[in-house]
Amino acid sequence: MANNKDKVNELVIEQGSGEKNYWGDLWRYRELFYILSWRDIKVRYKQTVVGAAWSVIRPVLTTIIFTIIFSRVAKLTAPGAAPYPLMVFVGMLPWQFFSNALSEASISLIGNTNLITKVYFPRMIIPASSVITSLVDLLISFGILIVMLIIYRFAPPVNILLLPLFVLLAFIAAFGVGLYVTALNVKYRDFRYIIPFIVQFGLYISPVGFSSSVIPEKWRLLYALNPMAGVIDGFRWCILNEPFDMQAFLVSLSVSFLFLWLGIYYFRKTEKSFADNI
Amino acid sequence: MSTPVIKIENISKQFVIAHEAQEKYTTLRDTMARKARKLFSFPGSSRKNNPHETFWALRDISFDIHAGDRVGIIGRNGAGKSTLLKILSRITEPSSGRISLRGRVASLLEVGTGFHPELTGRENIFLNGAILGMARAEIRKKFDEIVAFAETEKFLDTPVKRYSSGMHVRLAFAVAAHLEPEILIVDEVLAVGDAQFQKKCLGKMEEVSKNEGRTVLFVSHSMPTISSLCNRAILLEGGRISIDGETSEAVLSYYTSGVASPTQIDYSQQTKMPGDSYVRLHKVCILANKVPASQEIDIDQEIDVVIDYSILEDDNRLLPYPNIHVYNAAGVCVFISAPSTTQAHAKGDYTAVCRIPANFLNQGSYFIGIAISSFGKGVIVHLFEQNALSFNIKDNIYNVPTRLQVDGNVAYSGEVPGTVRPLLHWQTTKAL
Repeated sequence: MANNKDKVNELVIEQGSGEKNYWGDLWRYRELFYILSWRDIKVRYKQTVVGAAWSVIRPVLTTIIFTIIFSRVAKLTAPGAAPYPLMVFVGMLPWQFFSNALSEASISLIGNTNLITKVYFPRMIIPASSVITSLVDLLISFGILIVMLIIYRFAPPVNILLLPLFVLLAFIAAFGVGLYVTALNVKYRDFRYIIPFIVQFGLYISPVGFSSSVIPEKWRLLYALNPMAGVIDGFRWCILNEPFDMQAFLVSLSVSFLFLWLGIYYFRKTEKSFADNI
Repeated sequence: MSTPVIKIENISKQFVIAHEAQEKYTTLRDTMARKARKLFSFPGSSRKNNPHETFWALRDISFDIHAGDRVGIIGRNGAGKSTLLKILSRITEPSSGRISLRGRVASLLEVGTGFHPELTGRENIFLNGAILGMARAEIRKKFDEIVAFAETEKFLDTPVKRYSSGMHVRLAFAVAAHLEPEILIVDEVLAVGDAQFQKKCLGKMEEVSKNEGRTVLFVSHSMPTISSLCNRAILLEGGRISIDGETSEAVLSYYTSGVASPTQIDYSQQTKMPGDSYVRLHKVCILANKVPASQEIDIDQEIDVVIDYSILEDDNRLLPYPNIHVYNAAGVCVFISAPSTTQAHAKGDYTAVCRIPANFLNQGSYFIGIAISSFGKGVIVHLFEQNALSFNIKDNIYNVPTRLQVDGNVAYSGEVPGTVRPLLHWQTTKAL
C-alpha cells in the first residue's frame, strides 16, 4: 500500500471483478492480516487472565485422563520407547490446535460482522487470522512439551528438525477444513451446533489417546483418510521417533490438500454474498 | 476536461427477497426440510409457491465525478444511497454495469469500524487505521497529529471500553480525518458526536477537499450539512438518479419530491417501510394549528407531530412507546420527547400525536427524528428515522407573544438568540 500518487492505478468494479484480482488483493491486504491476527492474539490473552493458563490446563488434564483410560483401563501400549503420557501429549498438540482453529474460524466471520458489512478486504483474512491465533496456543503447548520431555528424561531424535513441516501441514489441514466450515456457518447459522460435535467426535477417532499402530493393518489406509491422522503420526515420528507409515501419510496429505482446495473453492464461491447474507 | 476520477456506467444492483424466510440467513434445518418437502410434493404444484421476488435497489446509475468534487448523495430511505456506497467501497458487487476508480479509495461507512473495546486507544488507532487502509508507517507518522486532534492524550493507554461515548467517537473520527486517499466516501457518520466536534471534522474535510483537490462523496440526511459541504448533489429516488446538479436544486427537490415532503412522509409508498417484525411505520406528518403544515410554520402556531404505525404481533411483555428527537440546524438536540406512560399494545394500527406548544421553538430550521421503542424486554429501538421531518419556524415579529409589544410597537425586532423561545409566565410586583 505504497503512496503512489504519481502512478495512477485504475480500479474497475463490475460483476466478477473481485474474482480477477483475488490473489493480488490478498497480497495487498497483508498488512490488515498482520493487524487482525495481532488483535486476535492480543485480545485472547488480555481478556482472560486464565486465557494463557487455559491453553496449558486443558491439554494436561486431557492427557492425564486419556492415559488412564487408554493405557490403564484399555491396556493399550505405545509402540515406541516413549512413555504413554508423552505419546498422548504429543498427539494432543496438533489435535488441540486443529480443534481450536476449527471452532475459532467457524465463528470468526459472524464475530466480525461489522467489518464485513463496512469495509472491503479479502474475507479469507478473517478465518486465517483466527487459525494463526490457535497457532500461538500451539507454541505455548510446546513449552509444556519441553517440560514433559525433561521430566521423562526423553531426548527427541534428529527427526525433530522436520517438525516445522508437520506444523505447516497441521496449519493446512486446519485452514482448509476451517474455511469450508466458516463459509457454511455464514450460510447456515445452525451449522455452529454441529462443530462442537465434530470436534468431540474427532478427538476419539483420531489417534490422540492411542497410537495408529493399534489399528489393524488392513484398515490403516482407510483410517488415514482423517487428515489429522497423518499429522499426529508425523508429530510422533518427529518428537518420539515412533514408526512412520509413509503410505498412510500420503493419503492423509492428499485429503488435507483436497480439503484446502475445497475450502478455498467454496469460500470464494460464497464470499461475494457474505455482506448481503450476514 | 480531465478524465473523471470516478466513472460510473449503468450500475444496477438486484436483490432477491425471499418471502418465505423471515431471517436473512437460512438454517441447515430449514434447507433440509425444504428439500425433503420438494421431494414429496407433486411436480405441478412447485411453481406456484416459488417464494422469490427480485427487487432493484439501483437501476442504471451513471455519472462522472472529477477530482476535487464534493458530491452529496441524498434521497429517502430505500432510495439506494447505501447500496451505491457499498458498491463503490467494494463491499458488494453490482449486478451489472461498470465503475472505474482512479486513485486510492477510503470509505468511511461507520465511525470506528473494528474498534475493539478491550484494546487501548493507541492500539485501536493502529487497528482502525489499518482497517481503513493506512499502512503502519503512515499511521506512525501521523500518530501524534491524530491524538492531538482527538484530544485524548491522557487516555491513550486505557482500554477503549472505559472511554465515554464522546471520546470514543472523537478518537474514531480523528483516525478517519487523517486518511489521505484521493477519494473519500463517507456515509452518514457525522450524525454522532457533539456539534462542536462535528464542525471540526466537517472543517477538516472541507479543507482537504478544497486545498488538496481530494474528491469526497458524502451521504447524509442532514440537508444543512450537505448544503454547506458539497458543491454538487445527486438525488436518488427508487434506485434511479432523479437530479444531478447544483446542491440547492437537489436539496429543494428532495424536500418537494412526490411521496416525501419535509412535513409529511408516506412510507407505505416506499419500497422499504421502516420497522422490524414487531412494529412498522406507515406515515408521519406535521400539522400546524391542526391543518397539514407547509414547510413554514409561524412561531405562534401549535405543532402536532402525527405518527401512524402498526403493531404486527400481540406481545404482552413489550410496552411500545413512540418518541421524537428534535434537532436544530446546528445539529444540537433541542429535546427528546416520549409519552409519560405506556401499556402493552394489541395487534393493530395506531396513531400517536405529540403536541409541541405554540410559542415554544425559536425561529429557524428544525429536524425531527421519529423512533418507536419498547420497554419490557430491556429497551428495544424498533425503528429510528433520523431527521425524517423538517420545517422552518417563522417569526412574523408583529403580534408575536414572545416579543415585547406596547400599543402595536415592537420593542426589539432583531434576532432572538437561543435554541428555544418559550412563552413563560412573568409576574412583576412592586415591593411594598
